[in-house]
Amino acid sequence: MADSSIDKIIDLSKDLRWQIGDDFHDNLAEGIYADASEIATSSVRIDNQNNQFRLDRKIDKIVTSKTWGFPIMFLILGVILWLTIEGANYPSAMLADLLLGNLHPFLKGLAASIGMPWWLDGFLIDGVYLAVAWVIAVMLPPMAIFFPMFTLLEDFGYLPRVAFNMDELFRKSGAHGKQALTMSMGFGCNAAGVVATRIIDSPRERLIAIITNNFSLCNGRWPTQILIATIFIGAVVPASFSGIASLSAVIGIAVLGIFFMFLVSWSLSKTVLKGEVSTFNLELPPYRPPRFWKTIYTSLIDRTLIVLWRAILFAAPAGAVIWLISNIYIGNESIAAWTINSLDGFGFLLGLNGVILLAYIVAIPANEIVIPTILMLTVLVTGISGGEGAGVMFELDSINATSDILKAGGWTLLTAINLMLFSLLHNPCSTTIYTIYKETKSLKWTVVASILPVIMGFVVTFLVAQVWRIFVN
Amino acid sequence: MSDKANNACDTCSHFNADGLKKLGVNTDSFDFVVALAGNPNTGKSTVFNALTGLRQHTGNWPGKTVVRAEGAFEYNSQKYKLVDLPGTYSLLSTSQDEEVARNFILFGKPDVTVIVVDASRLERNLNLVLQILEITDKAVLCLNLMDEAKRNNIEIDERTLARDLGIPVVPTSARFNEGIPDLIQTISEVASGKIICKPHRIKNVPVNIQKAVDTLSEEIENQYPNLSNSRWIAFRLLEGDNKIIKALKAGEFV
Repeated sequence: MADSSIDKIIDLSKDLRWQIGDDFHDNLAEGIYADASEIATSSVRIDNQNNQFRLDRKIDKIVTSKTWGFPIMFLILGVILWLTIEGANYPSAMLADLLLGNLHPFLKGLAASIGMPWWLDGFLIDGVYLAVAWVIAVMLPPMAIFFPMFTLLEDFGYLPRVAFNMDELFRKSGAHGKQALTMSMGFGCNAAGVVATRIIDSPRERLIAIITNNFSLCNGRWPTQILIATIFIGAVVPASFSGIASLSAVIGIAVLGIFFMFLVSWSLSKTVLKGEVSTFNLELPPYRPPRFWKTIYTSLIDRTLIVLWRAILFAAPAGAVIWLISNIYIGNESIAAWTINSLDGFGFLLGLNGVILLAYIVAIPANEIVIPTILMLTVLVTGISGGEGAGVMFELDSINATSDILKAGGWTLLTAINLMLFSLLHNPCSTTIYTIYKETKSLKWTVVASILPVIMGFVVTFLVAQVWRIFVN
Repeated sequence: MSDKANNACDTCSHFNADGLKKLGVNTDSFDFVVALAGNPNTGKSTVFNALTGLRQHTGNWPGKTVVRAEGAFEYNSQKYKLVDLPGTYSLLSTSQDEEVARNFILFGKPDVTVIVVDASRLERNLNLVLQILEITDKAVLCLNLMDEAKRNNIEIDERTLARDLGIPVVPTSARFNEGIPDLIQTISEVASGKIICKPHRIKNVPVNIQKAVDTLSEEIENQYPNLSNSRWIAFRLLEGDNKIIKALKAGEFV
């Protein structure tokens, strides 16, 4: 087809457009609506006497009301977290017992019997295998509880109501109301949350949603929050309140994350990402009773196993790295010990320590392995017994034992609080960073989204440490 | 009640249950491409799962599907590739998820477009249906969520609707697999040309616009005789849609 004929068509369309005037779009849209209405009138019969989503409206009146909307949201979040924390304990202990207590010695024995050299045995079984086993024991039970509950809520139709409740806050911070949906997805997995931002039309608001998604505590970070809160926050109150205290601390961190999300959204929209807030229609879909077993099944297969598989893929090489840096010596110090010592000064300023900082470097691929890495490195530095030796990741059979190790490593309540804060405010995991790059196709924004939270983490933990040291000590 | 209807449908001579194979993600070679379009949250992904045997997660919120998902099924030894498109209210706007849907219907040239609508909100959903019918001749209306419509005492005269729209209408409750055999049969008949659609074209257009559209689409048809959706392209050109102009220049319609 010759170009000239296409140009002819385009020229003709320009002439005609000029003749028919500006109202074309509206006229056409009105025409379509008129047709739709005619067709619907002749084929649809609605019995208005009986119903029309009356129950839905009643529920909506409560869950989206100014008074009850937010309390109900926090209550639901609280119940889901509480069930996750309580429910995950036993299966976690069982898996740890099986994979670490029984299978690990068995594998060691097997390796010894076939005469495997110590370094290969250490690298494979104490490095790779233990890292994977730890991630399964710690991650699988909470995920298998958290994801299906979240999915049931999603299938029921609650998420759009959350968006409705929070719309005003998002508007005030210059962001898109649908960011509430992507934020909620982020509570499961930040990478998934970043992909979900495609529902936001305006590039400016979409970018804000992408950059701030990391402030939703993801599934890899919940276990860290829960464990540290249980050990340190639960311990400062009488035993009968320890459950409530640690649960409140975890929810507090999650809410703080939402606060930072609004703060950063607001700052971005007032500075580098200035612009109008776009309007949008959000349909409140009818509540649909979820098909319980089907939902459980799909969320286990689609979400839980896929996320777990990803964690395993990243844990295996991380385990290898940990074993290597703990067993390769430069002079008479291992690489790990040397790094920890050099990071300790900076760590002290932040109310953290070198071990935690190194653990966060090792755990860039997956947040899930932060705690096991910290424990292993702490044992390595303090030289206390309880673990299994240099570079071996282990699961301690009880929370008390974990607590003993951390306290022997010089941990205080401040270290715990700042670790929880730093776990909220640090760079996204490598999968999320890669996803951000794929979605924005911009190196600049990928770097901003990755570095900004770390800087915020440094600032916040530094301030908390200084204030703490002035007033508490 | 619904169980009986199900069984009757599954065993009916009209539907060949033995000829159906759900192929999951295996979309290697296929005879027909079927697009699934519709408003957000009308159950497209549920219909997709029911047809392909996949278990893609479906959520109850608008915008769940942001990328297009593909699957396949085989019916009477012919393979159908199924493309689940993100939900969209209209083809007239330009957000990223809506563009995925629009581009596929326009440029992907599906053999059949299944338009999934929420039976309880038919009038609002028809806005998109009418736009799609401007683009394609081969479409099936999947009147989904019939269970909810029934619960809300909404009755739909499917025959009148099919006559007005000029395409076959299949009532379904995809969540419970109701109506899916009938949908498969209808898709196959539209794909093979056994059912010929005479899609409704937007009528309530002001006279001056109608004239302009006629002039322009005539010119387009002169240049591209094989084009079935010249009227839609005329609409878009009159609106000054740059992407359509670009596509036209690149020869993507031919």
